Amino acid sequence: MDTRPAASEPAQPPPVHGDGLLRGKGVCLAYNGRTILDNVDIGVAGGEVVTIVGLNGCGKSTLVRALLGLTRIDAGTVWHRPGLRIGYTPQRMKMDPIMPMTVARYLTLGGRHDIGTLSRALGEVELDGALDAQMSELSGGEFNRIALARALLRDPDILVLDEPLSSVDFAGQVKLYELIETIRERRGCGVLMVSHDLHLVMSTTDTVVCLNHHVCCSGRPTQVLNHPEFVALFGRRLAESLAVYAHRHDHSHDPSGRVIVERNHANDH
Amino acid sequence: MIDDFIVRAFLGGTLVAALAGPLGCFVVWRRMAYFGATMSHSALFGVALGIAVGASPTVGTIAICIAVALLVVLMESGRLLASDTVMGILAHSALAYGVVAIAAMPGVRVDLMGYLFGDVLAIGWDDIWTIAAIVVVLGIGIAALWRPLLSITTDAELARVEGVRATAVRIALMLMLALLVAVGMKIVGILLIVSMLVIPPAAARMISATPESMALKSALLAAVAVALGILLSLNLDVPTGPSIVMVASLFFALLYLLRRRFDILSARKRGPM
Repeated sequence: MDTRPAASEPAQPPPVHGDGLLRGKGVCLAYNGRTILDNVDIGVAGGEVVTIVGLNGCGKSTLVRALLGLTRIDAGTVWHRPGLRIGYTPQRMKMDPIMPMTVARYLTLGGRHDIGTLSRALGEVELDGALDAQMSELSGGEFNRIALARALLRDPDILVLDEPLSSVDFAGQVKLYELIETIRERRGCGVLMVSHDLHLVMSTTDTVVCLNHHVCCSGRPTQVLNHPEFVALFGRRLAESLAVYAHRHDHSHDPSGRVIVERNHANDH
Repeated sequence: MIDDFIVRAFLGGTLVAALAGPLGCFVVWRRMAYFGATMSHSALFGVALGIAVGASPTVGTIAICIAVALLVVLMESGRLLASDTVMGILAHSALAYGVVAIAAMPGVRVDLMGYLFGDVLAIGWDDIWTIAAIVVVLGIGIAALWRPLLSITTDAELARVEGVRATAVRIALMLMLALLVAVGMKIVGILLIVSMLVIPPAAARMISATPESMALKSALLAAVAVALGILLSLNLDVPTGPSIVMVASLFFALLYLLRRRFDILSARKRGPM
């Protein structure tokens, strides 16, 4: 496996596996006079995994909400392929216990399904037998996977996942990423994701969009890592350590944790 | 032979209670108790307005409740005041305006205590028809909007992505609450309506695993509380509205204390996780 820094790689165009599903062009949004999104271009094609990365408060979630039509935009256009079915998992990871809610009932809030369909959806997210559990008693990772199952029940053309990993421990993050990857391969749907965890992003995504209100850079992980704006945003050391991950395709997790900046060793363990 | 007024009281009271249960669940889930109080407090102003313009107090109440609901929504979008401040201003000024307006109207005698604490033993057949009509409208509304209502309550944005018109559903819920306040006023009075919206659902929460079961159980608990409250009031010769609320609160206390027993039951039913 190639573990050289990505700097030596020639630039390649981002892969596109299918037709366009969803596109934002020149999206601008200001809130209370502050620019949140500045002329953002972004698109997702069928079968493509696009990940939006950036520091806190860079507009990642706002961009997703704009692309979903959940917020107004001041300029630009958002285009959905006609009849596009979206499976969306919001950022929230907790269910209020004020409302009693079994997993089965939660899964049918978006539409009617029989027990067999529900069980299969739970199997797909590896939570078999959870139908009668209370939503409020799930852990963050379990909630996430239930939300994913609800999104999958819509038989989506595109999955939109807002910070699917934020409340999950590292091992859980790796598993969830693998799950998303499996679902993408099995169903051929596009995936648009917001993520904090750059290590995992770099090893599993087709296209990275680095956002800092405007699009700093976008493209394949190896390209983005070398982009001066990415390096300026995240720092040289992190960018270099991430280069290792951009080449990784097996991602069993490192038990020592997620901060591997200081110990920039190879990816085999 | 049971007196006619007792039949009417049972009929009207249980009909309203049966709807207050499920609607009250949304008040509990969406943390709208103060919103409900704001609406009901303003109802007295609606009564005065209804009488003043020659329409019925019920129509006046519905109109004012809707107006207040919209005002709350409008003022919430301004960000200088928290919504409970806004509702505190609206609720109590509307009540004050109502009392003053009723007192100031020449030649009108209004049973203020009846409006404040309800007088279910005094409702007539025309009231029963009004209640029945509104209950039918509310029943159809709740049934038709049940799933979108649940969906926007658990996650409004996800609901929108899944195609629910969240704002329209939310406004529909407010209108339904306005209708319920207008009829609930006749049973327990404007000062106690919120208790009928909040206490039975809170009690039902202790013994429910799904939203549907909570809604059904709160309807049942509310109806039984009304029936027992009326009996209590007849036997002890005490005010009916407060008696109903007393019974409901006893139900809540009982189920709250017993909740762990039900927890054990529901835990055993849970699948492996």
